Amino acid sequence: MEYKDYYKILGIGREASLDEVKRAYRRLARKYHPDVSKEPNAEARFKEVNEAYEVLKDPQKRAAYDHLGTQWQAGQEFRPPPDFDFGFSRGESMSPDDLSHFSDFFASIFGGRGFGAGPQSGFQSRSRRGQNQTVKIHLSLEEAYHGGTRTLHLDSPETDLQGRATSRHRTLRVQIPAGVTQGQQIRLAAQGLPGSRGGPAGDLFLEVQIQPHPFYRPEGKDVYLNLPIAPWEAALGAQVPVPTLAGPVTLRIPPGSQAGNKLRLKGRGLPGEPPGDEYVVLEVLVPEASTQEIERAFRQLETVAAFNPRARLGV
Amino acid sequence: MNTPIELCYGILLDERHLLGLREIEDLCDVTQPLIEEMVQEGLLMPSGSVPADWLFTGPQVRRVGRAVRLMRDLELNLPATALVMDLLEELEWLRARTRDLEFQLDPRARNLGPPDI
Repeated sequence: MEYKDYYKILGIGREASLDEVKRAYRRLARKYHPDVSKEPNAEARFKEVNEAYEVLKDPQKRAAYDHLGTQWQAGQEFRPPPDFDFGFSRGESMSPDDLSHFSDFFASIFGGRGFGAGPQSGFQSRSRRGQNQTVKIHLSLEEAYHGGTRTLHLDSPETDLQGRATSRHRTLRVQIPAGVTQGQQIRLAAQGLPGSRGGPAGDLFLEVQIQPHPFYRPEGKDVYLNLPIAPWEAALGAQVPVPTLAGPVTLRIPPGSQAGNKLRLKGRGLPGEPPGDEYVVLEVLVPEASTQEIERAFRQLETVAAFNPRARLGV
Repeated sequence: MNTPIELCYGILLDERHLLGLREIEDLCDVTQPLIEEMVQEGLLMPSGSVPADWLFTGPQVRRVGRAVRLMRDLELNLPATALVMDLLEELEWLRARTRDLEFQLDPRARNLGPPDI
């Protein structure tokens, strides 16, 4: 296992006071908290920061950690000596369930005899329900629309009979209902972290993240689409094909439409009761005057239309 | 080594999925007094006037989980947590909106192809 430099993780010196430890933790917790942060590796960083704080805020644990000496480098292969003992007797107990949130390095120091976590240390606990686990699943908008099954690979922390932290690889096939929306959760009962002492497992929550789509913008169950139309389609009206999640439909553009006008296709959003709608936002694209003929046509329009698009601006 | 594949069916915690106080407590591993405080703070908005009649919608499960994590990890009190949650929701909405608008402003992303020169 790798040695962890808890001082480096919190960005403080070895002589830092408890107040400095707290300040460093709070600053980093705000930065990397998975519920707040948008840093890509926030979850892993927060776990590290939390573990470092767990050790350095507690004088007993900090002393035990400091006892390892200063010759270690972060990431260096670490193996506690067989007679490793800090001389602490039954300090603060940590249950195997608590230990499962921390690294192997942490468990090797604080999960053993000294801190009284293993069954041989006399740690007694009632049966306890395992903790809930939340995992994000990234779905395309089409997958959210159609639903289907998704295979998940999970590494769940567990503790063995000796109270050591291990991890178990699991593969789950999960049914995704049609019409899930951004941020929604799917609850899988008893698929979370295992309970301790025969307690039931916690639940697994899958949190839906909808990936950006090349042209749809989902908002809840509704979807928005920018629809490019030609100037004559806007002016004269037209029937044009429009993509929807269920396949293309024909949309009637009313005469005299302008860019930014919004048309609703009822029930063409994500399925549900009621289903969402698709909103089509018109966008007028102007062809380039790439030939003399097109240029002539534009000049003619200029003459006959006598149109000032800036009239509203008073110029 | 092949690991066995478990087939799971979940429950979608959407607006139509309603939970009572007891279910919320069990599901989120929180106590009734904390849920009551969250309701008083406006963090949770159940239907029903007294706790025994309260019904929470599915998305509120996520709110409770988030509030509990913020309180614990950032050492916040409940009013501060409620404020953070409101601001985070607004921030998320704004980020999503910015991302979508940037996406739509980029002609390549709209699949219009490069301009003819």
